[in-house]
Amino acid sequence: MNIMLISVVVLGMIGIFSAAILYFAAQKFKVEEDPRIDEIEAVLPGANCGGCGFPGCRGFADACVASLEGKLCPVGGNAVMEKVATILGVEVSLADPMVAVVKCQGSCNNRKKTNSYDGAKSCAIASMLYAGETGCSFGCFGLGDCVEACQFDAIKIGEDGLPIVDDEKCTACGACVKACPKNVIELRKKGPKSRRIYVGCINKDKGAITRKACSVGCIGCMKCQKECTFGAITVENNCAYIDFTKCRLCRKCVAVCPTKAIVEVNFPPRKVVVEQAENKE
Amino acid sequence: MKTFKIGGIHPEECKLSAGVAIEKMPLPTQVAIPVAQHIGAPATVVVAKGDKVKVGTLIAQASGFVSANVHSSVSGVVAKVDNELDAFGNRRQVVVIDVEGDEWEEAIDLKGDFKRTFNLTSEEIIERIKNAGIVGLGGATFPTHVKLMPPPGKVAEVLIINAVECEPYLTSDHVLMLEYADEILTGVQLLMRAAKVNRAIIGIENNKKDAIALLQEKVSKLIGIEVCPLKMKYPQGSEKQLIDALIGRQVPSGALPIEVGAIVQNVGTAFAVYEAIVKNKPLVDRIVTVTGKSLATPKNVLARIGTPMSALIAYAGGMPDDTFKIIAGGPMMGRAIVNIEAPIQKGSSGVLLMSERESVRAEMDNCIRCGKCVSVCCMGLQPYLLMSLVEKKMWQEAEQEAVYDCLECGSCSFTCPAHRPLLDYVRYGKATVMKIMRERSVKK
Repeated sequence: MNIMLISVVVLGMIGIFSAAILYFAAQKFKVEEDPRIDEIEAVLPGANCGGCGFPGCRGFADACVASLEGKLCPVGGNAVMEKVATILGVEVSLADPMVAVVKCQGSCNNRKKTNSYDGAKSCAIASMLYAGETGCSFGCFGLGDCVEACQFDAIKIGEDGLPIVDDEKCTACGACVKACPKNVIELRKKGPKSRRIYVGCINKDKGAITRKACSVGCIGCMKCQKECTFGAITVENNCAYIDFTKCRLCRKCVAVCPTKAIVEVNFPPRKVVVEQAENKE
Repeated sequence: MKTFKIGGIHPEECKLSAGVAIEKMPLPTQVAIPVAQHIGAPATVVVAKGDKVKVGTLIAQASGFVSANVHSSVSGVVAKVDNELDAFGNRRQVVVIDVEGDEWEEAIDLKGDFKRTFNLTSEEIIERIKNAGIVGLGGATFPTHVKLMPPPGKVAEVLIINAVECEPYLTSDHVLMLEYADEILTGVQLLMRAAKVNRAIIGIENNKKDAIALLQEKVSKLIGIEVCPLKMKYPQGSEKQLIDALIGRQVPSGALPIEVGAIVQNVGTAFAVYEAIVKNKPLVDRIVTVTGKSLATPKNVLARIGTPMSALIAYAGGMPDDTFKIIAGGPMMGRAIVNIEAPIQKGSSGVLLMSERESVRAEMDNCIRCGKCVSVCCMGLQPYLLMSLVEKKMWQEAEQEAVYDCLECGSCSFTCPAHRPLLDYVRYGKATVMKIMRERSVKK
């Protein structure tokens, strides 16, 4: 009986003593942290994708508390940024929503295969070895490094061998842009009602060479540049580029492009233009 | 018989063109000479469209320390300086020359006689090698003059001549040794003088017994040069493995052979050095093995730099119908090409044609952890682990596992029973990790 009593008392004393040490240590070495960091982290998507350029969502929350200027959670977009601003009690300028755009239309039909690749199924590895399975050394490999990089299941390789971006799921985190060894993917303005116009080609070869390799490549003919009244189109190194901050979505460039390298998406079908063309005939 | 200690494989040799005498290729009608045929900065073009050039005229000047001159390999008129498709489908700057006649620069000695001249200092020899645009002809194409100038504080003790030719199919070094033994040995003596060493070892694999016998007989009259037969094992032709095999020293990770007092030069380079110094001839041609099991007549040809590969294939009997893959270089370290009009370069040791059955890769299976890749890796790495790390983009761990030590010999992929593309991944991991390491050292 005595032994039991002694052991209970001794262990109890040790327990109380340790608890006291822990209590004072916790008081002494307490880390003061802004409670708003936790609040912000709670409203962030929590994907830890790194698309904002900070190490995970907590890192981003920490940075937001310091200053909100220029910060954007690409995944949550404006909705989340507004919530963050409310927590911090400041105003936030709303950014245009962006989306990843694949600037290559070289499907199996448009771009004929000249050889076949039987190495490891990775764009990064294939691009280290050679220029690609077709005559175009700039276009998409179609081996799916972007699909693997996407954490939101927004990209998949379509039947024609090219990646397809799901507008709804894409958060413009930019992971696919970094993963693509050919720099085929670009983040562009999503546009009103997801309507946008872009040059679906990055081939910098001379026109004749491009045309031989791919039926929908940009040949650098400058027609679109002349047609554009907003100065949004520049042709450099035999390839056109549309500046999405200047483009007003008038679609004139799409109509003049001889190779259909300029792509319009989510527009209603253009009845007027078709009628005009028929009248001319 | 000597060989290196860790790993290695012995693939089927297939030396179809062994003992086939060197044939001179007829002149092509047009050549395209790339300005970047070496490791380092591309040379700067010094000719323009319409310029008349002779064989041996400088057409592109070395730019920077690690770079090499490029000379015209034919006489004629410069048709254009433009970006053209290389063997792998990328566009690279080339000088295209329309061939007219065969006129050589006056300073070049065209007589076929063998000479020995020895009244040159080390600096003079290196300067002439530099002017002649000589690069390592084994395939790595590192500028030779840079190799002969050790960094301050390092002293070379021994010159190692790489005549191993461990790649299956290739025989260009073998036939070169049989036909130009005296010239090669003079080249070795010149290299010894340039590197200020008094000992040279020529390492030859034992499947070239005739070359070993011939060179052993010739070196018996010379001081300081020895011929060492080596056990047949791939990749013995790699610098680090050859140094280990011949003098038993291990080059530390990330270091150059000079760290252990060795300078390694290819036997073809030794021949080019002889021609550059004794005959005053810049590097304008090289011996290329054109081979393949279905090819009518596998050959060793002396081709001018810039000759299209298609011309070589036509000369060796034309492209067989069952050709599925064409490889520039040997089957182990060479790369499949997509453009047969691409030119022969200073580093082109062979053109290999393979049928579908020989070359197509089998479907990849799961790793069964058999460890074969680990046992054949000559650098003591764990390829199966590196592949997994690279697949998951775990660069830090890949660096800890010394992925940068890989010399890309391909023994792991060759031996893998599950046909896993180990080398593809390891090579990608090596490039990425080395890029990360470079960025880090810049930041520091």
